[in-house]
Amino acid sequence: MAQTLLQKVWDLHTVRRLPTGQTQLFIGLHLIHEVTTPQAFDMLRARGAGVAFPERTYATVDHIVPTLDQRRPFADKMAEQMMASLERNCREFSIPLSDLTTDRQGIVHIIGPELGLTQPGMTIACGDSHTSTHGAFGVVAFGIGTSQVRDVLASQCLAIEPLKVRRICVTGALQRGVYAKDLILEIIRRLGVKGGVGYAYEYAGEVLDRMTMDERMTICNMSIEGGARVGYVNPDQTTFDYVQGRPFAPQGEAFDRACAWWTSIASDRDAVFDDEVVLKAEEIEPIVTWGINPGQSIGISERIPFPGDAEGTLAPVRTETTDVPLKLRSDDKHLPDTAFPKQQGERSSVHEALEFMGWTAGTPIAGTKIDVAFLGSCTNSRLSDLREAAHIVRGHKVSAHVRALVVPGSKGVRHAAEAEGLDEIFRQAGFEWRDAGCSLCLGMNPDRLEGREVCASSSNRNFKGRQGSPTGRTLLMSPAMVAAAAISGEVTDVRNLLA
Amino acid sequence: MSDGRRIDRVEGSAIPLRGANIDTDRVIPARFLKSVTFEGLGEHVFEDDRKSMTNHPFSDPCYRRASILLTNENFGSGSSREHAPQALMRWGLAACVGESFSEIFQANALVIGLPCATVDATDIEYLMRCAEQDANQRMVFCVSELTLQVLDRTISVAMPPAARLALINGSWDATGLLLNQFHEVRTVAARLPYVKAFR
Repeated sequence: MAQTLLQKVWDLHTVRRLPTGQTQLFIGLHLIHEVTTPQAFDMLRARGAGVAFPERTYATVDHIVPTLDQRRPFADKMAEQMMASLERNCREFSIPLSDLTTDRQGIVHIIGPELGLTQPGMTIACGDSHTSTHGAFGVVAFGIGTSQVRDVLASQCLAIEPLKVRRICVTGALQRGVYAKDLILEIIRRLGVKGGVGYAYEYAGEVLDRMTMDERMTICNMSIEGGARVGYVNPDQTTFDYVQGRPFAPQGEAFDRACAWWTSIASDRDAVFDDEVVLKAEEIEPIVTWGINPGQSIGISERIPFPGDAEGTLAPVRTETTDVPLKLRSDDKHLPDTAFPKQQGERSSVHEALEFMGWTAGTPIAGTKIDVAFLGSCTNSRLSDLREAAHIVRGHKVSAHVRALVVPGSKGVRHAAEAEGLDEIFRQAGFEWRDAGCSLCLGMNPDRLEGREVCASSSNRNFKGRQGSPTGRTLLMSPAMVAAAAISGEVTDVRNLLA
Repeated sequence: MSDGRRIDRVEGSAIPLRGANIDTDRVIPARFLKSVTFEGLGEHVFEDDRKSMTNHPFSDPCYRRASILLTNENFGSGSSREHAPQALMRWGLAACVGESFSEIFQANALVIGLPCATVDATDIEYLMRCAEQDANQRMVFCVSELTLQVLDRTISVAMPPAARLALINGSWDATGLLLNQFHEVRTVAARLPYVKAFR
């Protein structure tokens, strides 16, 4: 019978059905970092357990590391303690660690693919919700909490319930100046921030087929912002070409055998999905979030909504006359609730967001003044992201009132960018050029917003307080749009700069 | 290795927290994740929201002894930080009842023995009003029966079947279960092409 990639990978990794009805699922690669693991190792020790498969576990440091001065001990004593804890745990349990002394350190979701650790057909788990990133390789990847990290360390397994699959097919072609980031923000906007609960998202169609691995990673990365714990793209030649030659990738004849197997685990042509959605790429314009969750976004030509607009603005996919073709296959009676959210709570949510952000409803988003421009995070800090941004920045200066920083996702990205001279383009424009880490995506390291600052950010979350200031405001957008905002000092349609 | 504590009934008063999409960054801001233990997280739950809102329920002493959290849609979205359910539990909560929860939050809550059950919008509105009118209003949440009793009403709640079973069997801490048949884990590892064949 025809199967989806999710079903094939799931079946292959199933150890047994647990008495609760959950699946005991083997995890092919466990990525760990400093923040969500200290308690997991302590629980492991308290129970006298060990790490079952240290060779299938890989550690790096990203969340708390300073990006300006990485000398040890860190100025922040808690960060230093956390770092020392990971070092000790990796030593004690023989887990490989890419720390700050190596060239392989970086954001966990950047280095996994970069090192060739991430390979098609795997199951991957990591104590971080953006683990969905690895789905770009045809991987089933789960973000988990600390107790589940303990479980995976102890048994290399998760107790988990099966997921339904929604195929999101993107047809046509993206306009110039519209990027993978805009596409995933549009998907989240249309399907809602909880539209993916209970689902894995399979991204497909000609737009995804043509995308680079970097672009596919940006898409899969933000699946969780649409409520889907897992997002993936079927592996193809683009995937194989990316993996080939990387340090942990199969070599020589083994690589050919791997490619044959990787091809076989893709969703079958006649696979049946629980649900299917189709989007036309050419209708998408650069997207900017205006609110306090990643679904609260608008096109660059649109205006900040009124609370009463919520229903129409946030869920166009529900309207009968929509120009977005839509097909629903499942007869599951619970489906409509989660698949096409009624957005009942959205009206009050819009009001809350307007109040927090301090916007006047009906104002165009273009022209919104910014204070900070951040290029970085596991969503958009790869070499291609920095290239796109540098292309916009070249020959310009960062607006006088804007603080701008570029934080490459890994040491590897940093070195590659420097080899191309991208660092010089950014520095000459007035950007700070930093070391690799999560940086300003979240308030766990010295990089943070101050007070009510407005940040044009290539990261993934615009939650209240996310960037380290409880009153700070985040506008999510593509790296090119961040670059455009940095030089003009306000939210700007990057397509005007590309003309 | 499992804790083995069976969790079936949660009795007590409830704290109503209105609003859709309350994310885990709001439940516990990231700066509190820098500790290598979960100790003391309870006192920082919703810290930034509490400071910015004059009438946040978690700042209201009337609700300080509540056992059941009442929420709206998509509670616990965003970051996979287990610190969020840990903070709620350490504050004193023993169950969450809401319109819907994010999957990762629900999974993290389950593995520390904090049941999350869903009810429809009309029922959550009724429950929130009960708790707002009387902060001491006693509610009884029964996992095995999937009910929540308040005043003279018995409201049906929903939970993933596996979560319900794990709680009433005392197997919500899965480590023991996962290590139970470890030879089967080795068998699966051995059959995966990428574990052996691609080297």
